[in-house]
Amino acid sequence: MSVDTTAAARVPAPGRSLVVRLRGWLANPWNRPRLLVVITLGYIVWSLTPVLIAVQFSFNAGRSRSVWQGFSLRWYTQDPDLSVLHDPSLWLALIQSLRLAALTMLVATPIGVALAIGLARWRGRGAKPANFLMLFPLVTPEIVMGVALFLVFAHMYDFVPFGTWAQFLGHMTFSISFVVIIVRGRLFAIGRQYEEAAMDLGASQLEALRRVLLPMLAPAIFAAFAIVFALSIDDFVISQFLAAGQSSVTIPVRLYSTARLAPSPALNALASLMLFATLVAVTLAGLSLRLFRRRDPTAAGGVESLSRWEF
Amino acid sequence: MAGSRTPTSTGIVGEHPTLWTGLALPGVLWLLLLFIAPFYAILAVSMGRLDPIFLSPIPEFNPYYWDPSVFADVFGDIFGGPLGPTFLRTIGYVVAATALCILMGYPVAYFVARRAGRWKGLFLLLLLAPFWINYLMRMLAWVNVLDVDGQVNSLLMTFGLLQEPRNWLAGHHETVILGLVYGYIPWFILPLYAALDRIDKDVLEAARDLGAGPLRAFARVTLPLSKQGILAGTVIITLPMFGDYYTPDLLSGSPRTRMIGNDISLFILSSTSAGGKGAALTIVLMLFVAVLMTYYLLSVARATREAAA
Repeated sequence: MSVDTTAAARVPAPGRSLVVRLRGWLANPWNRPRLLVVITLGYIVWSLTPVLIAVQFSFNAGRSRSVWQGFSLRWYTQDPDLSVLHDPSLWLALIQSLRLAALTMLVATPIGVALAIGLARWRGRGAKPANFLMLFPLVTPEIVMGVALFLVFAHMYDFVPFGTWAQFLGHMTFSISFVVIIVRGRLFAIGRQYEEAAMDLGASQLEALRRVLLPMLAPAIFAAFAIVFALSIDDFVISQFLAAGQSSVTIPVRLYSTARLAPSPALNALASLMLFATLVAVTLAGLSLRLFRRRDPTAAGGVESLSRWEF
Repeated sequence: MAGSRTPTSTGIVGEHPTLWTGLALPGVLWLLLLFIAPFYAILAVSMGRLDPIFLSPIPEFNPYYWDPSVFADVFGDIFGGPLGPTFLRTIGYVVAATALCILMGYPVAYFVARRAGRWKGLFLLLLLAPFWINYLMRMLAWVNVLDVDGQVNSLLMTFGLLQEPRNWLAGHHETVILGLVYGYIPWFILPLYAALDRIDKDVLEAARDLGAGPLRAFARVTLPLSKQGILAGTVIITLPMFGDYYTPDLLSGSPRTRMIGNDISLFILSSTSAGGKGAALTIVLMLFVAVLMTYYLLSVARATREAAA
């Protein structure tokens, strides 16, 4: 590699215009792909700056969302009327979001794990259609699912009240398939030989499942818990279609209804709290994967696998 | 069946296939009752009648009595009626936003997958970050900075690109398209990144050894091999874009930027009498994106089959 000499030879003569020099620097084929670096860094700055500004102004001491007036927790706790802590419509939205996400996580994950194991092992007649059915919620546009669930609760299951219950059932429906996708990758990687060995050694099928397979699936199950939590707290369309009045307003629904009508830094504070909750969930998922990776050198890196939904 | 080995079991001695069926049962039932049945409810409402007194839709669950007249209504509104411009605008927005996502997303995915070197992990983390930030919050962030006294106006005025503040949030097409690109581009970049990352480096080296220049190697090897990734990313972002209503609502709120999703959500949520029409429009939208959905479904099915093999 003669990078140094060629690069030195290409140093532009002084006096050439800035534009020409910049073009030469960007197009220099012997160095890093600078144009690509510039585009990528530009994209990352563009993709994160507005959100960082939104988080910054949730800590603003003043009412403005564009003029910085000093750091304060006014919009989180201190303002006696308008802060997230003291405005019931804001903290109720936070509680509704957390409650729905926790409930969905606790119920969807076991059902999804059972479905993943069942679908991977079951070879009977219904297995193929069931495998296909499971994929549909993943590819259906959210608005279509929102309309479908709205109409089914309005006209068929009218014993389910709109609000928290309908929202919970809706969140469950899109979460189960995600759990299956997360768990089944791991399931295929494990294979059947461990269960087989356990059963050869005298374990019953149920014991092999409970004492061999489930512990081996633990990281994927834990990741599924965290990701269902993040998906549920993130959902807007289903929550909005199935909401009923103030009591079932979640954070995204609240952001939608007030962002244009009555924006205030308190809304930014509410959004930031949701962001922190999601980040905690995702970090936990990542950590559980790492913990598991340490025992399994063949697996890919944490971020890498997160980016490909491999758990 | 219990206790016996049936030919359908995967063949561990002493295994009861009923256990597997039993494990799958709750999930399958759930999907039948809360995924398949709701779709039947859309059909039943769209093919039903309108209560003459309360003006609310009465679903018709028996296909024998289905009345498709509301579909004639909807198609009349699309071809020559008020829904026509909305449909065309939706297609225009989606095409423009998708094109911008490809133009911007490809170089980024390419760089991170192939050229980022030891910084790859960090870049990947930054590319993944928007996934965990709520969509509505990301739109709220733009509502803040695009406000009349927001940072975008002051930045543009500092550089003299704008003489006086502009109200970006008052029904501008470019604002809505920007919002769509901003909202969905991470979902385009990620599958493309995965596709580019999978390309065998030896293939590229072979191309270079055989005399192809870097541009030629890219055009003849990398680009064709990443076509699947571009297609997957495009399908993943266009499907939700066609049903989007919150992006134009938040970044414009004007009828000038209304998308088909806005009409559906208005029909369903804001008026009881238009429920049948909303259901029919939802079915039309689904048929419209059916090709995309089928492609996506088949590729997900293929991916899971490959994982199983």
